[in-house]
Amino acid sequence: MKKAVGLLVALFALWLALSGYFKPFLLSLGVLSCLFTVYLASRMKLLDDEAVPLQLRPSLLLYWGWLGREVFKSSIAVSRVILAREMPISQQLVAVPCTQKTEMGHVIFANSITLTPGTVTAESGNGHFLVHALTDDFAAPEGFAEMDRRVTAVEDR
Amino acid sequence: MDAFTIDLLLDIASVIAFATGGAFLLIGAFGMIRLPDVWSRLHAAGIMDTVGAELILIGMMFQAGLTQATLKLVLISLFLFITSPTSTHAVANAAFTAGIRPVRLRKNEADRVIGESAKRTGES
Amino acid sequence: MYMFLAAVAAIFVAILLVLIRLFAGPTLYDRVLAVNSFGTLTVLLLSLLGFVTGRPDFLDIAMLYALINFVSTIAILKFFRYRALGRASIRQEEA
Repeated sequence: MKKAVGLLVALFALWLALSGYFKPFLLSLGVLSCLFTVYLASRMKLLDDEAVPLQLRPSLLLYWGWLGREVFKSSIAVSRVILAREMPISQQLVAVPCTQKTEMGHVIFANSITLTPGTVTAESGNGHFLVHALTDDFAAPEGFAEMDRRVTAVEDR
Repeated sequence: MDAFTIDLLLDIASVIAFATGGAFLLIGAFGMIRLPDVWSRLHAAGIMDTVGAELILIGMMFQAGLTQATLKLVLISLFLFITSPTSTHAVANAAFTAGIRPVRLRKNEADRVIGESAKRTGES
Repeated sequence: MYMFLAAVAAIFVAILLVLIRLFAGPTLYDRVLAVNSFGTLTVLLLSLLGFVTGRPDFLDIAMLYALINFVSTIAILKFFRYRALGRASIRQEEA
């Protein structure tokens, strides 16, 4: 039930943001279409933790800010690699352990690794991610451990 | 602060955002040409999709002000923020499953992640 | 106005470089990656054009293009992995 209300509010906010009309007739049409969508979603049994991630902590936004800074820093590092006269590439596939309990936490951690330029998640299994790193600096385990700790902190209430 | 000063500051902010974003886009596109294989080109595409795109969108947000256009730009940037790592991972996973390995691989710990099926797809 | 045109010029050069990789790329995955980057650049170009021509409707088109770009990347990769688009589950295929 909580998930249905959350989805309804999110859908109606999206509808408002995209349409920008505030006439009563159009607003009621929007509410009706959102209700119909929520009905269809509940019939398809889509109202779970994956589709409506209300279980995530609000500090996810703070985590996104931190992630943005990390992304900027590592993009500068990758740009230096690209622009160097002799590209100092030493590609490697490293196994990174992950300590999250839920699948949502795994997805957030893997997507954060991939979003940071210089590291790409290629495969997962056995409680590890297989991460492709461009140089030795990007493959350092300390950076992954810090990101892992932060993702575990936002994962579940 | 009058309206003129605020406009000037917003213009300066978007010029900075456009300049850095455009520079990152050009560096990423140059890396797409220069880097040696698929796996390293993933990182060049990552630069273009994350920092370059988001900075240019932020520059446009400064110009749009508090309007509906800014809301739509925020939606676009949120969408790119979530889907670009997903599609990069899809490409990486497809290449990995197809047995393509990076050139001059320094260290390979694939066995610890995929276990038995490592023998099936072959080694580096 | 001039800064929008400068950003459009940068995006054009980037599109040109990505197109070179698209035609030259030795493997399929190079090409898919290039198509994906091309789509992202097109989204940026469309929204910039909306500002240059003063028509904010272009932002809706840009948003739709971002959605379609993501879906098409996944669809191309799925097609070339299984040679079919209508299979239900990935995990069952591997077993």
